[in-house]
Amino acid sequence: MIKIVIKGLLVGLIMAISGLLGEVGFAQSKTLNGAGATFPYPIYSQWAYQYNQITGVKINYQSIGSGGGIAQIKAKTVDFGASDAPLTVEDLKAEGLTQFPLIIGGVVIVVNLSDIKPGQLKLTPELLANIFLGKITKWNDPAIAKVNPGLKLANKDITVVHRADGSGTTWLFTNYLDKVSPEWHTKVGTDKSVAWPVGLGGKGNEGVAGYVQQINGAIGYVEFAYALQNKMTYTLLQNRAGKFVSPSIESFSAAAGNADWKNAPGFYHVLTDQPGDDSWPITGASFIIIHKEQPDAEHGREMLKFFSWCLRNGAEEAKKLQYVPLPKNLVELVEASWKAEVKSGGKPVWN
Amino acid sequence: MLSLRNSRWQRRTDFIFRILTVLCASVIAFVLVLIIYELFVNSGPSFKKFGLRFLVSSIWNPVTGEFGALSSIFGTIVSTIIAMALAVPLAIVTALFLTELVSPAISKLVGIGIELLAAVPSIIYGMWGLFVFAPFMSNHIQPALARWFGFLPLFSGPPMGIGMLTAGIILALMVVPFICAVTRDVFLMVPSVIKESAFGMGATTWEVTSKVTIRYGLQGIIGACFLGLGRAIGETMAVTFVIGNDHNISASLFSAGNSIASTLANEFSEASDPLYLSSLVELGLTLFLITIVIQSLAWVWLRRMKRKMRVTL
Repeated sequence: MIKIVIKGLLVGLIMAISGLLGEVGFAQSKTLNGAGATFPYPIYSQWAYQYNQITGVKINYQSIGSGGGIAQIKAKTVDFGASDAPLTVEDLKAEGLTQFPLIIGGVVIVVNLSDIKPGQLKLTPELLANIFLGKITKWNDPAIAKVNPGLKLANKDITVVHRADGSGTTWLFTNYLDKVSPEWHTKVGTDKSVAWPVGLGGKGNEGVAGYVQQINGAIGYVEFAYALQNKMTYTLLQNRAGKFVSPSIESFSAAAGNADWKNAPGFYHVLTDQPGDDSWPITGASFIIIHKEQPDAEHGREMLKFFSWCLRNGAEEAKKLQYVPLPKNLVELVEASWKAEVKSGGKPVWN
Repeated sequence: MLSLRNSRWQRRTDFIFRILTVLCASVIAFVLVLIIYELFVNSGPSFKKFGLRFLVSSIWNPVTGEFGALSSIFGTIVSTIIAMALAVPLAIVTALFLTELVSPAISKLVGIGIELLAAVPSIIYGMWGLFVFAPFMSNHIQPALARWFGFLPLFSGPPMGIGMLTAGIILALMVVPFICAVTRDVFLMVPSVIKESAFGMGATTWEVTSKVTIRYGLQGIIGACFLGLGRAIGETMAVTFVIGNDHNISASLFSAGNSIASTLANEFSEASDPLYLSSLVELGLTLFLITIVIQSLAWVWLRRMKRKMRVTL
């Protein structure tokens, strides 16, 4: 009896060891590991799947959150990290990292008001800031009525809904309010989670979407795809040029296209409140963070090849999932930055 | 010869078994010590910066790096009190019904149902709470409470369907099966001889229940309640879905709040700043200490209770 058990254990052990060896051998050449932001996860996993079908290279992307992604790449436990908020140039320098944008998306404002259809309600930056500061508390406030002369707005309490978890979406949204409202800047500021003056917190985009859909008179912010999937009532927002724009792939692209990336060292550039008549004001890029010094040139090149493929061949897939691919001039800037920054033993990895 | 070998073999297995049990038991103790150690070490930076102010400040501002646990502690305690106030009577009455008043066949059927409820994952309660129960609260229960008891600050404010009260009720639903299942087993263990003697002396069902069954099973009932309390106080996902997640202390049960566990679930993954992370760990340590305090109070109370009632259980 005992002999049989021992035999079984031995066989199991041998199988486990050989399995482990196989895994390691495989990992050295053909597997890339990444971790970070949840916002781009749907498109990254789609790209990873397609790239694997074409080339056989396996990409594991763990959507553990931007903070986790940054921590993991600093600790060198992954090949690349992903973050919705760019690292500052000083941060990048201190850790020997470099970053570049890979995909663009938009944050939209959603409301739950009976009789109001998607795209009907207009909001100005001041209105949005004052609602989220808790200074405007009723939907029939004269300030809202003034911007929306044709709409019937009831005497209803405004319930503000925000993200409860730390998130890149909140970072973008508060970054926008920070830029357009001096009061927001002094009272609240920009971060992945902030001390909200008013409102309820939902967990994740689905949590915010759920709260907004259930509370009559609610207003919240979600990623564009969530608003579309849940058929939510999104609002128009006045941009820097003074025009009211509707959230769409076109208006996100306009914001990205009008941005001045050339003069942004380390691609530290936030796409909120961009100039241009068609620009959606709360647009943001999601970033990839890698080490400048790659220990294995071949492995580093494999990784950059994947990103290059995403930038050059992934546009259709991105649009299907309501993301915006990077404009062409930006793709070239990104690849040029690889040439200049990413090295292995002093030699450039990408050429 | 054979018996000699046997006894030696038996002694050896006894020895091995003993080592095995000691090892397993010490693993548990070791893990506990490690957890406490890690919590203390990692909450160091936060403790150094805020000291005891951490426990009495309700400011939670990741932007300026000001952290205080008061609103989370408040939410944890209030939601747990609501849950226990609703769950304990309901569970005990149900357990009595199952053991004293219905036929064994029905009792068994309902009993299986309760055990199934106890096995439902908390995320299911959370989703159900958010999508089904919260609208029901907002449309029916909260307006009714506001109409009748609106003069109390407890039931003031807009009926959003999400908030402290909803979280408390969901928690109650989650812990009822636990308390009920254990209480039922406790009642079943009351020797029927004792109950039968009481009945024989002419006691009514109510008298037997209150003076014999409940009294006999008191320690077990309290144990069951603390099992439920343990689940309610640390429950994370279901609460996170319905509590509203606002760092806010309000007298109204309709308003949004947060609990220690929900704050951890929400904010841990994106906390990259060391002080922020350390404050979250200290929040976890606080929950740990609250649990220890409650357990010790329960222990002391139980001992006094036993002495007072002169029952040897």
